[in-house]
Amino acid sequence: MAVVELKQLHRRFGEVVALAGIDLDIGTGEFVSLLGPSGCGKTTALRLVAGFDRPTSGRVVIDGQDVTDVPPNRRDIGMVFQAYSLFPNMTAVRNVEFGLRVRKQRGADRNRRALELLDLVGLAQAANRYPHQLSGGMQQRVALARALAIEPRLLLLDEPLSALDAKVRVQLREEIRRIQLELGITTIYVTHDQEEALSISDRVAVMSGGQIEQIGPPAEMYGSPATPFVAEFIGTMNRLLATVGDDGSIDYAGLRLRVDAARGLPRGERVLCLVRPETVEVVRANGLVAEGAMAGEVLSNTFLGSTSRLRVASESGERSITADISTAQGVDLVVGTKVVASFPPDSPRLLSLADEPMFPVPDPDSR
Amino acid sequence: MSLAWLGVVPFLAYATAFLLLPAANVLIGAFQSNEGGYTLDNVRTLFDEPYRTAFKNSIEVSLVTALLGGIIGLLMAYSAIREGTPRWIRGGLTTFSGVAANFAGIPLAFAFIATFGILGVGTQAMTAVGFNPYDHGFSLFTKTGIEIVYLYFQIPLMILVIAPAIDGLRREWREAASSLGASSWQFWRHIGVPILLPSLLSAMVLLFGNAFAAYATAYGLTSGGVGLVPIQIGFFLSGDVFDNPHLGQALAFGMFVVLGLMMLAYIPLQRISSRWMK
Ligand SMILES: Nc1ncnc2c1ncn2[C@@H]1O[C@H](COP(=O)(O)OP(=O)(O)OP(=O)(O)O)[C@@H](O)[C@H]1O
Ligand SMILES: [Mg+2]
Repeated sequence: MAVVELKQLHRRFGEVVALAGIDLDIGTGEFVSLLGPSGCGKTTALRLVAGFDRPTSGRVVIDGQDVTDVPPNRRDIGMVFQAYSLFPNMTAVRNVEFGLRVRKQRGADRNRRALELLDLVGLAQAANRYPHQLSGGMQQRVALARALAIEPRLLLLDEPLSALDAKVRVQLREEIRRIQLELGITTIYVTHDQEEALSISDRVAVMSGGQIEQIGPPAEMYGSPATPFVAEFIGTMNRLLATVGDDGSIDYAGLRLRVDAARGLPRGERVLCLVRPETVEVVRANGLVAEGAMAGEVLSNTFLGSTSRLRVASESGERSITADISTAQGVDLVVGTKVVASFPPDSPRLLSLADEPMFPVPDPDSR
Repeated sequence: MSLAWLGVVPFLAYATAFLLLPAANVLIGAFQSNEGGYTLDNVRTLFDEPYRTAFKNSIEVSLVTALLGGIIGLLMAYSAIREGTPRWIRGGLTTFSGVAANFAGIPLAFAFIATFGILGVGTQAMTAVGFNPYDHGFSLFTKTGIEIVYLYFQIPLMILVIAPAIDGLRREWREAASSLGASSWQFWRHIGVPILLPSLLSAMVLLFGNAFAAYATAYGLTSGGVGLVPIQIGFFLSGDVFDNPHLGQALAFGMFVVLGLMMLAYIPLQRISSRWMK
């Protein structure tokens, strides 16, 4: 299995800069996800690694060998596409065999190997069906088996689950991870679904505008986003635009909130206060508003299963916050209920906006 | 009882009046004698000259131009459609094909005579550079000439009918094959051609029929000097041959038979080549 290095990859299509310098080192057997919104360059990056496209500048190095100028059919890379990539004129088993066939492997050997792989993805019984006789999820399993059949050095997947329905998606992503761990194959996985990326990756690279904003293990990406963009993209996040007050506090639209992270920051600095919705507590108003709490009313209450998502806004509307609370607790808090929202002072993170000209970042609820 | 069947009545009426009746007329007439009785003589005459040669010529011209037109049209359509070709080339080719595929008959014959006839501008240009094709056995007014002129509409027709099938070849198939180690040749051999084959076959059958029934182009070019079945039938229509009008019907019947045999060969091929679709 391979080590992959991407060195300053640039790709321009006429005026459009699809990749603006990607640097990425991937270790042996590692599962790295490229996560980002539509058009950020994920597919472009993957196609450069696969060899379907050539970089404007930069190098792709696999196992120490510079493969930038090597054509895709000599790279030994397995690729799984978004959908409809199976050869329609071949049955499932013929599809899986194809890579071995062009490698001139003997008929009996390659057939046995193909059936083994179909078994690995749980489709031994569908070996003789044509692609159009398989469901979308089954097709993707065959595509995975086909990519793995050639024992590639590296496995690339470009949104392999995005055309499937939610339940199959969750099931199949866990299976992809299981197989990846079992074979120990180095993998790059492209997705725009943050939950998917966080749940199956060793590391997640969040991309934006053709660059990697931040890369790290899922927990780190979730807990300590390094930029407003990452904070917005990974999980739901409250982003309160505030200024640093004195003595471990911030001023959020005229309200003084206690935030431990504000200690030691220059007073008056503009910051983005990041608060995870699951750390926000909401109680029915009883006339008293404790210091550092925000009074308001429930704007919306969305049932999410075991939790409910509440949107709370002050009467004037200049302050608002999103909270995820247990559904049992949220059931009383119907729209219009007067409530008080608060969060523990040690939970928020602050991002300085001193060097963030791009502010404000887009509202996560509108994406 | 539902009256839904009423909806197909106009269609049935049309089919009876304009498809079945003429065919039945040909079928019956081909087996009638001038005296009104039934006979096999008309059909038997088809195996005598000049009709025998006419059938041979017609089939040959149709096969050659269907195969050549099909292959050249396929290659042209593919090179215009594939990735990396500027879009305007495709637009231009489609528009041109739409016109050229329908540009047949006397005007087409005239255009070729004016260009590659003995005194045509093309011929003169070639003579000027020291190669007069007419000194090397070429003539526009032969079977070969007819085939060249037919290609003028056969190739564009192929481009028009095969373009959607080429569009249907997904980029993922090529890229998947390539990442699995296949060369471009292996992709075409195992994937590209097999997927296109059903469309290729039906397009070529269409081209065959198109050439087989063509009349005016060949007539305009050779004034009937090269016998083709439609030209022979034309002689009956224009009254040059008086003795037996039923022979004209027998000729038309012969064309039905050839096209029918063509379909008989085509249907099993089509079934095999499109097995994976069902
Ligand atoms: N062949 C191409 N020609 C021109 N522009 C291109 C081409 N391929 C990609 N682009 C542009 O490059 C940018 C990045 O595209 P890319 O497909 O890599 O995005 P992506 O992150 O995969 O998005 P998505 O989630 O929608 O698949 C986009 O602005 C896109 O329009
Ligand atoms: Mg993409």
